[in-house]
Amino acid sequence: MTTSHTLGPVLDTTRAPERARVVEPLLPDLLLTQQHHMCPGCGEPIAVRGFLEALTELGVAPRSIGVAGIGCYTSFSSTMDVDLVQALHGRAPSLATGVKRMRPDAVVFTLQGDGDMVNEGLQEVIHTAARGEKVTCILLNNGVFGETGGHMTATSVIGQRTKSSLDGRDAEYHGYPILIGDLIARLEGAAYVARGSVHNAGAVARTKKMFRRAFESQIRGEGFSFVEVLTMCPTGWFIPTGEGPGYMTETLGEVHVMGELKVDGHVRTTEELHAENVARQAEVEAQLAAGGVRE
Amino acid sequence: MTATTTAGPRAERTLMEGSEALVRAAIAADCKFFAGYPMTPFTEVLEHFARLLPDVGGACVNAESELEAVGMAWGALATGARAATGSTGQGLSLMQESFSEITLAELPLVIFNMARGQQDYYQATRGGGHGDYRHIVLAPHDITEGVQLVQLAFHLADKWRNPVLIYGDYLLAHTQEAVAVEPIPYPSLPAKDWAVDGTASGSGHSRGVTPLGVAKHGQRAFGQEGRAQYAASKIPFMEREVRVETAYLDDAETVIVAFGTPSKFVRYAIGRLREAGHKIGMVRPITLWPFPYEVVRDAARGANVVGSFELCAGQMIDDVRIGVAGQAPVEFLGGVSTDGSGFGVGRLLDVDVIEERILAVHTGKPLGIIPGTDAFHYELAAHQQEATP
Repeated sequence: MTTSHTLGPVLDTTRAPERARVVEPLLPDLLLTQQHHMCPGCGEPIAVRGFLEALTELGVAPRSIGVAGIGCYTSFSSTMDVDLVQALHGRAPSLATGVKRMRPDAVVFTLQGDGDMVNEGLQEVIHTAARGEKVTCILLNNGVFGETGGHMTATSVIGQRTKSSLDGRDAEYHGYPILIGDLIARLEGAAYVARGSVHNAGAVARTKKMFRRAFESQIRGEGFSFVEVLTMCPTGWFIPTGEGPGYMTETLGEVHVMGELKVDGHVRTTEELHAENVARQAEVEAQLAAGGVRE
Repeated sequence: MTATTTAGPRAERTLMEGSEALVRAAIAADCKFFAGYPMTPFTEVLEHFARLLPDVGGACVNAESELEAVGMAWGALATGARAATGSTGQGLSLMQESFSEITLAELPLVIFNMARGQQDYYQATRGGGHGDYRHIVLAPHDITEGVQLVQLAFHLADKWRNPVLIYGDYLLAHTQEAVAVEPIPYPSLPAKDWAVDGTASGSGHSRGVTPLGVAKHGQRAFGQEGRAQYAASKIPFMEREVRVETAYLDDAETVIVAFGTPSKFVRYAIGRLREAGHKIGMVRPITLWPFPYEVVRDAARGANVVGSFELCAGQMIDDVRIGVAGQAPVEFLGGVSTDGSGFGVGRLLDVDVIEERILAVHTGKPLGIIPGTDAFHYELAAHQQEATP
């Protein structure tokens, strides 16, 4: 068989190949290690990487202070290269308030899960938002208490099976989920509110933009900013690891609708976000049909 | 052990409400942050902080609850600022969870407790939160001493990286006294190189303030147990911070132990009894933790009886018994005594009543029941039950 193109140089098999070298850094500046203690399929490391990269890209890394709540991501408090205060369940927004009042030039963020923030600490995040405290609260929302082993939280959706709602969350029995992002967006003190996800590459890219916008809003001194990230927890959901992203979009994603909930003082409704997401999906499918995806 | 003088500063004095004097003392000690939730009789402490802190570049947040107040102070402390919170015993009950963790995180919190009487003795000295922890507890008997002890509290908190609680009450917060608030110079302390300010972020050596014993990558990790052991290891050293005042102990046949504002009434009553020839002495713990066990032990040696006067059902009496160590009988001559509002002090703070009760203990006569107290009603009810065929 003949070919028209020129063959490359034949590999010299008489000597060892050149040592592999890193062309692009894999480790974000604000992570001390690539290791983490999360379960396979967990979405949290992706979210953590996202906001750490956002801090670096904005050039505010050397003046950022984090406050971590209690939960799976607490283990990141030892590996994030960020000055950090460890809080108790629910209390992070109050701690962040004290930090920010004493260090107004710092970029202050909290890192909390849904059990931490929406169950135990609900009033703290609401009041901090209402006060217009110039901090950024980051919620990693997977709809369960992941660390304790998959129990229902205030954000678990109707029908969601958890260890404490074995037949699925029933509104009659368990009550309704709290859509915390929607709640906060309606508060005067909240300047920027968004809900992202990490279930695919496009969502990761959009979520990272949300982090950037939230931090930029804080730096401009506009008020409280909030980024909720829907993350996968196949362990807490008791599903195969590979089904995490699909389960997430079909359950949590249908109720906690993704998108920017408040930008420049304008609050967007669930219907608006839905329409936007449907349009984006149609665009992606069109591009796929045309042979490529641009995100 | 350190003797504390009760003499006030010599500078020009101003007639001032206790709450304001304590707040001015905190500001003299460079307190830059306060957060609190209003609750009688603590409310005025919050009011004065709100009025005075912004003028010195500080911040006072009217928190939405005690949980948030203590959390905000926690965050401020982590940045290295001197910070405080406070409430009344009821509010401090809500803060206990954070007190436990703040102690483990070794943060120098100062707590203003303007208690409703003395029924929070266990809460103040034994905690109520989880884990092994101790707070140094300072109990001023008047506003002048309060001004000194508030400044001492900030110094001790930083010295030991441990919370210090000011045990005050309605009288301390709401009465007025002519006082001068002057900064008290204390020896300088090591720089707070553990505090977070954000500047170490991204350096590979970022800092962490944590009660969990989690350390940054490459640094020494304590683990939960190690963290707890480390925080507890300073307790024997903090126990040396005992402060106590004594009076008339040389020939005392009866020793009365009392603390806080009521102790000033007790001291006055003992003075009158002394004039009448009764050999009665007094021990006033200024630190409720660490408790002056040794002083009580020495005072009890040779005494016929030791009395514990406190405005509660008898809580400090446990510490008095530990101090006395069986050398003399220990009698309780206090009682639950609040005014009609429940915020102030009740009829047991009448010097004539106090004098009568001390004399009864001194002479071995039975203590009369204070009319209007629960004890009186229980006695009455029990008597009526027995009388019913």
